[in-house]
Amino acid sequence: MGKTQNNKAWFFVLPVLLIVLLNAVVPLMTVVNYSVQETFGNNLFFFEGVKWFREVLSSERFQDSLLRQFAFTGIILLIEIPLGVVIALSMPKSGIWASVCLVLMSLPLLIPWNVVGAMWNIFALPDIGLLGYGLNALGFDYNFTRQAFSAWFTVILMDVWHWTSLVVLLAYAGLRSIDDSYYQAARIDGASRWAVFRYIQLPNLKHVLTLAFLLRFIDSFMVYTEPFVLTGGGPGNTTTFLSIDLVKTALGEFNLGSAGAMSLIYFLMTLLVCWVFYTFTMKGEES
Amino acid sequence: MARIDLQHLRHSYLTNPVRDEDYALKEVHYTWDDGGAYALLGPSGCGKTTLLNIISGLLRSSEGKILFDGKDVTELQPEGRNIAQVFQFPVVYDTMSVHDNLAFPLRNRGVAADEVERRVSETLDMLDLKKWADKKAKGLTADVKQKISLGRGMVRSDVNAILFDEPLTVIDPHLKWQLRSQLKLLHKQFGHTMVYVTHDQTEALTFADKVVVMFEGEIVQIGTPEELFERPSHTFVGYFIGSPGMNVLPVDIKGITAKIGETRFDLSGVPNLKPGVRTDLGIRPEFITLGEKGIPVSIQKVEDIGHQKIVRAAIEGMDIAVVIDEDASIPADPHVVFDPRRVNIYANDWRVEMEG
Repeated sequence: MGKTQNNKAWFFVLPVLLIVLLNAVVPLMTVVNYSVQETFGNNLFFFEGVKWFREVLSSERFQDSLLRQFAFTGIILLIEIPLGVVIALSMPKSGIWASVCLVLMSLPLLIPWNVVGAMWNIFALPDIGLLGYGLNALGFDYNFTRQAFSAWFTVILMDVWHWTSLVVLLAYAGLRSIDDSYYQAARIDGASRWAVFRYIQLPNLKHVLTLAFLLRFIDSFMVYTEPFVLTGGGPGNTTTFLSIDLVKTALGEFNLGSAGAMSLIYFLMTLLVCWVFYTFTMKGEES
Repeated sequence: MARIDLQHLRHSYLTNPVRDEDYALKEVHYTWDDGGAYALLGPSGCGKTTLLNIISGLLRSSEGKILFDGKDVTELQPEGRNIAQVFQFPVVYDTMSVHDNLAFPLRNRGVAADEVERRVSETLDMLDLKKWADKKAKGLTADVKQKISLGRGMVRSDVNAILFDEPLTVIDPHLKWQLRSQLKLLHKQFGHTMVYVTHDQTEALTFADKVVVMFEGEIVQIGTPEELFERPSHTFVGYFIGSPGMNVLPVDIKGITAKIGETRFDLSGVPNLKPGVRTDLGIRPEFITLGEKGIPVSIQKVEDIGHQKIVRAAIEGMDIAVVIDEDASIPADPHVVFDPRRVNIYANDWRVEMEG
């Protein structure tokens, strides 16, 4: 083949490479650099090998926040995915009410994260907030600034309120893509409501739910702003999740080596879980 | 298997239909025999799918009743009517095996497990699906998927009717013939009442005992393929069936004499005409002879379609088509003669009988 090869086009990709280098590769490498060194100020660094990694992994503080992190992510996924599907199933299929529902559903997604935190903080205050005051008036002993359970309850409720919509929108789009003849065939075959869900709707939702699961996993695993504004990680350390802990280590205590090692472990965990999950759900798709 | 009575059915998608044009399906009042193979034939938007969905119960007609074997099923949902329907795009349950797809309608109806096994394995044999029985339905080709759809209907021994909504649309051409003949064979063997919607005349004419031709929401003719060919009851049927379609020419009629342009000739009888109607003459291209005598024509084009030739000609500016043998010669001064027994006369597009 006497095809002319012109590799000059590669030069056009250079700016992108440069940007990626500056905003992703260099910062990440800085973190890698910190994670293997120790400093005592004066910009003097000493190579320490994997000391920080060993320390972080064996520290009780890290293990506790990791556990809290998994608990939080697990609970919100268990609530948001099924709830999102149920809401999407019960939304009208067409007409003005479908649009109204979609707009209402999108609203929480449009609110900035720190505003969500501040809103819920005030909403949940036991003396003046509607939720906090209401719960206490109903006879529940509720105070999220002092009780671990109340704090967890509020943090989870806030996340469900903020993010279930994302699952709803994705699931709704997935449901709309199912052709009417499937439902008609199911009626003719005498399928029950459950059978329609199990054999028509759920298989068609597989891809969007995988996506929803991944997005919600990553986002909740990295959650920072909302719980920080709401509880600041307290009471005590009870709602200190990984990212909050990381910021405390890096900026509060200025422990760069420890924070660098934590960041990398954190990053690799997220990556690993996503990769495992994606590979697992997409297996068998090619055949 | 059932006889289907359609009693004064009308359907409109509007909430308050007033005029005739508001109805997607104009009045239909017919009885379709038990075990018959019917094809609903017509162009897109003629109301054939509407009629099919009314029969299957997916759609409730605005007016009229529908009876299966004398039993009123108008108010029944599709699952209660015990019918089967094969859709344009294959519907299979992706996550189930072929075997489970076929078992699905039976299991939903609470049929005992051993009876399910027996019926499913019979149906797999019937449709040559045995070799895919344990495969997931997802990766199969469109023709196999359509067979699975059909199988989900045939697996129920007491199914009242099997309805097809353009089932061969997504099938490869060389498999269309195969599937159609298999369908025909199944109909002969098991005698289900079958209703088949299509816009393809070849499909309709080869599949059905009776073809139901629809046009603008109306059934214009129900007949055997021969009747549709020889005595189209509406000019639309003449155009739509046959290739090329029937020639329809404006004609003046006085008693037994017809006058096209300046040429007069005698019909086989006196058409029964009311005064003031628009009259047309319909003649199939196959029943016109090209020769030295008759009505003078000018020839515009000759198309060779292999075993025959189609001559495109004009009588005083009106286009006609004539079919002649492939080795027939074309005269220098061409004239045409219409076979009088094959001439149909139309008053306002509807065929009129001739007397005498």
